[in-house]
Amino acid sequence: MNLTLKVWRQKNASDKGRMETYQLSDVSEHMSFLEMLDVLNEQLINEGKEPVAFDHDCREGICGMCSLQINGEPHGPDRGVTTCQLHMRMFKDGDTIVIEPFRAKAFPVIKDLVVDRSSFDRIQHAGGFISVNTSGNTQDANAIPVEKDKADKAFDAATCIGCGACVAACKNASAMLFVSAKVSQFALLPQGKIEAKDRVLNMVHQMDLEGFGNCSNTGACEVECPKGISLENIARMNREYLKASIVKEK
Amino acid sequence: MSVLDSRIPAGPIKDKWTNHKNKINVVNPANKRLIDVIVVGTGLAGGSAAASLAELGYKVKAFAFQDSPRRAHSIAAQGGINAAKNYQNDGDSVYRLFYDTVKGGDYRAREANVYRLAEVSANIIDQCVAQGVPFARDYGGLLDNRSFGGVLVSRTFYAKGQTGQQLLLGAYSAMNRQIGKGKIQMYNRHEMLDLVIVNGKARGVIVRNLVTGAIERHSAHAVVLATGGYGNVFFLSTNAMGSNVTAAWRAHRRGAFFANPCYTQIHPTCIPRSGDYQSKLTLMSESLRNDGRIWVPKKMEDVEKIRSGAIKPKDLKEEDRDYYLERRYPAFGNLVPRDVASRAAKERCDAGFGVNQTGEAVFLDFASAIQRYGKEKANVLGEHNATPDRITALGKGVIEDKYGNLFQMYQKITDDNPYETPMKIYPAVHYTMGGLWVDYNLMTTIPGCYAAGEANFSDHGANRLGASALMQGLADGYFVLPYTIGDYLADEIRTGPISTDSPEFDEAEKAVTDRLTQLMNIQGSQSVDSFHKRLGKVMWDKVGMSRNAKGLEEAIVEIQQIKDEFWKDVKIPGSMDEYNPELEKAGRVADFLELGILFAKDALHRNESCGGHFREESVEESGEQQGEAKRDDVNFKYVAAWEWTGNPADSNLHKEELEFNDIELKQRSYK
Repeated sequence: MNLTLKVWRQKNASDKGRMETYQLSDVSEHMSFLEMLDVLNEQLINEGKEPVAFDHDCREGICGMCSLQINGEPHGPDRGVTTCQLHMRMFKDGDTIVIEPFRAKAFPVIKDLVVDRSSFDRIQHAGGFISVNTSGNTQDANAIPVEKDKADKAFDAATCIGCGACVAACKNASAMLFVSAKVSQFALLPQGKIEAKDRVLNMVHQMDLEGFGNCSNTGACEVECPKGISLENIARMNREYLKASIVKEK
Repeated sequence: MSVLDSRIPAGPIKDKWTNHKNKINVVNPANKRLIDVIVVGTGLAGGSAAASLAELGYKVKAFAFQDSPRRAHSIAAQGGINAAKNYQNDGDSVYRLFYDTVKGGDYRAREANVYRLAEVSANIIDQCVAQGVPFARDYGGLLDNRSFGGVLVSRTFYAKGQTGQQLLLGAYSAMNRQIGKGKIQMYNRHEMLDLVIVNGKARGVIVRNLVTGAIERHSAHAVVLATGGYGNVFFLSTNAMGSNVTAAWRAHRRGAFFANPCYTQIHPTCIPRSGDYQSKLTLMSESLRNDGRIWVPKKMEDVEKIRSGAIKPKDLKEEDRDYYLERRYPAFGNLVPRDVASRAAKERCDAGFGVNQTGEAVFLDFASAIQRYGKEKANVLGEHNATPDRITALGKGVIEDKYGNLFQMYQKITDDNPYETPMKIYPAVHYTMGGLWVDYNLMTTIPGCYAAGEANFSDHGANRLGASALMQGLADGYFVLPYTIGDYLADEIRTGPISTDSPEFDEAEKAVTDRLTQLMNIQGSQSVDSFHKRLGKVMWDKVGMSRNAKGLEEAIVEIQQIKDEFWKDVKIPGSMDEYNPELEKAGRVADFLELGILFAKDALHRNESCGGHFREESVEESGEQQGEAKRDDVNFKYVAAWEWTGNPADSNLHKEELEFNDIELKQRSYK
């Protein structure tokens, strides 16, 4: 198929940026979206132009590195997939596709379609862990039984890949879905209970410092999340936060 | 260095690690605060090592080329992690895990290392559960297990098909705790481009800040390389696009021996490739072989009908299907180890029975598992007269619980619904068992330079069993390095901070800058990827699943030609002092071209079939094993450790003879 691509080009963080239009022909429906961009880049290099920078790594939908706002949607029009698993069979011959970086104040552009998501890491540094020594002298694993229901829910929350689609989808650029997934995972497990209050307070505090907006319960994050992380997690985080705010001794 | 000293402790195998730990030097906590350690790579091995070393009190600097440690390719491991817990009471033990791993590796791993791995495996599970890793549970709340290829007991712990993700996020969270405390300094989007040696010891690294292009110097008392494998030398592999050999190769060029480079695991259950634009291959977890049956049609005419779409695979009668693994290996059936399953698939496809357009695919069929599970589930629910449709629906539900995300991924990529029609799979390059040579302490031949996880060679032999890579990464990082590195660092407490203002750092930085400048100045006409694809084709055709001397000799010449052309005609847009992904790739491909030559040279000298390495000249000619790979213990029971001499084709071979005192070397039979 033949495509018209409108791609965001921005030399670096201080450059203003602009849209460029490229024509691409002979695109196979079996290509992934990123393979289509590989082909575009090969064409640009051969024409003596600079290729488009975009983030990608595992190309199996799990590392969370790929991003891209495609026709206004994070990870494009398909549901439950990352950009690397979006296939060109979702598009038609003659389509015009608009490709932009994830837009959020807390995700500054590095170049073209590449953004800096280290704000997510800093939220994790603030409490996204269980404080156990890495000494190997912990108790036998089966001494901590976990109700299957709870274990499954914790697992579902833990499958968040930290791609940032939730932020890009949100009109307020809120990171609530991401943060709540981590808070939920530990809040549901017996191992995480002891420091649950500090965790939720610290992570929410850091989230605010990073410049993410507030949740308005629109639900766009859940719709666009490639891993189907549920809004339930935000509700759980809000409960955890409220509880911690009330009972936490200062 | 003339002698390879593996420093394997004396004494009975079950006491070696304990005795070694008792005798090893320990650094006083106050002194640990004065010692810097650099960890390059933040996957399972590097992440767990960085967290553990920081926990012990060392000052740690960690480097990742990704934007966050959480993106390391360990995250993509699907199936599970082995541990000798014997929770299922099916006869598992440390010895049995040790035995299976050495046998599965075709007796080319180091006994003492593998025993230690089996010994600490149980601690890994305890550690990860304490960190909140959500492993699968049974209804009593206890941990669930499954079995994996090459093994007859259920010792694999898993988190659906995302075990690697959950374990990596566990190690990442352990790192986050230390980063938050300021005990790990984390450098994201930084790539190591050289190792700095001062007075014969590893004393630092030269890195490039990938965002700004700035070249930086970082010093330390020891350097740990946990940089993963080099399967991307084949261009198409299951590795992430960024996986590369550069850090290990730069260390090799500085004196670290590279061991068994040709040992590559070919994974049997990947999604077949579909076209020339393809950028990588996607693996489907081997755990699928627990329930999937592998087959091709018995008759050529049925193959053609399936290819043309005249009949659907599920309509082919049972008696017209060749379940070739069950036929050839009745004891293990679909659960034979990866090398055996891969070769058997290639054998059928080479014979013309491949079921897709390219002739490179076999079926992995869940229909009978769906029926079996459906009936079981109906009984559990008390539905003793369930209709066939109800049974199928229940069975699909069970399969979805076990493999849902894998089935979804398969469907997204291929547009086929695996609940309705069998999956198509084909072998692909997956994991590299070769890597930097290390002694029992995981130190390379450069004092103070360590290698952990897939970046070293020691534990998997010529073939890696499923669910053992995660185990090794975490064992090295959480439980081995934290002890063994102390043995070296105990002598460094009086060294004081290491200056980066020295002739050695000057020289290394200049070498890095010169090389980048040289690459940028070529301004040729061909893209980096075009060279990488050409290298990959030679590697797959002549250095891949089956090899012969003639093909390997040709490969060395051909790769040399591609390499020469690369340095004359590669085209890299942009500049050095900015974010430039093409320049990053160029440096990595330049290293892959050198490694490719050494890889082929190693494969050429090893005139035996072994593990994933099938040498056409070395086949069993008679008896029950006729046609199977023939290992040659008399001539090749050693580790091939190569020393850099300035040209990969002229590298010097050093041999570490492998001793097997606790396991008798036997023909591997899965019949």
